[in-house]
Amino acid sequence: MNINQLLQHALTGISVGGCYALIAIGYTLVYGILRLINFAHGDIFMVAGYFMIFSFAVMPFPVAIVVTLVGTTVLGILIEKFAYSPLRQAPRMSVMISAIGVSYLLQNLATYLFTALPKAYPAIPGLKQVIKIGDISTSLVTILTPIITILLVVLLLWLVNRTKIGMAMRAVSRDYEAASLMGIKLNQVISFTFAIGSLLAAVGSILYFTDRMTVFPFSGSLPGLKCFVAAVFGGIGSIPGALVGGFFIGICETVIKAIGLSTFSDAFTFIVLIVMLLIRPTGLFGEKNIDKV
Amino acid sequence: MLKVENLKVNFGGIEAVKGISFEVKEGEIVTLIGSNGAGKSTTLRAISGLVKPSEGRIIFEGSDITKIGSSEIVGKGITLCPEGRRIFPDMTVLENIKIGAYLRNDDLTNDIEKCHRLFPILKERENQLAGTLSGGEQQMLAVARSLMSRPKIMMLDEPSLGLAPLVVKDIFNILKEINEEGVTILLIEQNANMALRLADKAYVLETGTIAMQGSGKELLDNPKIKEAYLGKKN
Ligand SMILES: Nc1ncnc2c1ncn2[C@@H]1O[C@H](COP(=O)(O)OP(=O)(O)OP(=O)(O)O)[C@@H](O)[C@H]1O
Ligand SMILES: [Mg+2]
Repeated sequence: MNINQLLQHALTGISVGGCYALIAIGYTLVYGILRLINFAHGDIFMVAGYFMIFSFAVMPFPVAIVVTLVGTTVLGILIEKFAYSPLRQAPRMSVMISAIGVSYLLQNLATYLFTALPKAYPAIPGLKQVIKIGDISTSLVTILTPIITILLVVLLLWLVNRTKIGMAMRAVSRDYEAASLMGIKLNQVISFTFAIGSLLAAVGSILYFTDRMTVFPFSGSLPGLKCFVAAVFGGIGSIPGALVGGFFIGICETVIKAIGLSTFSDAFTFIVLIVMLLIRPTGLFGEKNIDKV
Repeated sequence: MLKVENLKVNFGGIEAVKGISFEVKEGEIVTLIGSNGAGKSTTLRAISGLVKPSEGRIIFEGSDITKIGSSEIVGKGITLCPEGRRIFPDMTVLENIKIGAYLRNDDLTNDIEKCHRLFPILKERENQLAGTLSGGEQQMLAVARSLMSRPKIMMLDEPSLGLAPLVVKDIFNILKEINEEGVTILLIEQNANMALRLADKAYVLETGTIAMQGSGKELLDNPKIKEAYLGKKN
């Protein structure tokens, strides 16, 4: 492998990693606030793909992008309202089962409505444009993905750390009761968290499927699982952790494929999960506990 | 101002509060004392909307707030400084103070200054994570945080828990100062001696019912109270 090929693969890895990071953040945010692994998150990502296919067919692409983003956000909020919020007082296991149920529901609904055959993902004008840097040629989306990812993460960190709603999110994720004693409305903050997670998944979906070019009802399962691993790797609950985890999984996966071990690349992700859970269950940036009672 | 009528709270099978009634008048300091498990915290939590009463009514300034959510109750001017402080350990001291004013959209500068005047240590530690404060400092932070919502009535659940006697005295002096500025206070205390000295009116809770009531002074002089709560024998 020469240096150009290496750079080429690195670029692909970083790009895939960016998509993974955007999805992983959704897991991390929801886990942070509800202590719930939202198994439906990967499927929300898949539905976002269909939103784009169908809206693109009938409207100009900038509008279709907006429709996809808004539609996915609303979907996330609705899932929380109907499948999770009625279980607020229930044991955590019940909520998790509900999440698995929603995941199957979305997959089966998509199969029923759109058949299991892959549908072509529309080419958003300009995104697939080939770009040459020296001897490396790549598409615009590959370069754009990590940039968009980093920008969104910076924006998200600002939101969480510097704004009032972000402060409320941190308070709720720490202590429901104390947060409500401050006048914070739990349901509002939880809805908001799902909205952000789903919105980022929608952005990730646009970037990811533009590269992959097809969507089918199970398109979300494997990326969903990988991004969950990315979130655990970085330390679930931590936004920078999800970012680092996403890039790590994406880059490793690409490298493994590049050295000719494609069949092994998915298994690798789960080995990462197992190893991480064994040696450092809280992940790279896992919550540090400084409670004093 | 605040009226509790025949309040009952159940947890599964057990009745933690068995139909208590009491009143807090505007400008007063009222204290609830009683042994462990008497239902004091549960009473305050019910007023704050954190637990739902099974029976009874809670009336604040003439309107029924029994079924209202905690967030709205804070908005009406009732704040609870909860048992065990419950500050947000991974936020800074200043953020903790600010979050107390979550429902307000006006300028907080004066209120923050006031908190700093009452508790100078909080200014010194402004940018430190609240979880790294000492227990007593955390308690001060919890009181300061509760003040930030500009409450009409402030409920405090054992603010002196685990504090050095001198700090307890400070906290009590500050409660008095807060009260003199017009905030009504409903106080739960294990430290019956200090609480009764401070209070205009006191209620003694025993296993979910009100066993005795009277002015702070009356109860201080009551032989039964002396024996059970003040550790003195006549
Ligand atoms: N969430 C709960 N579930 C079950 N039982 C509870 C719950 N909260 C309180 N109780 C019970 O209700 C009773 C009253 O509790 P409460 O916390 O009000 O007591 P307290 O008077 O504040 O006592 P302390 O002085 O020890 O703080 C106790 O017997 C307690 O075990
Ligand atoms: Mg108590």
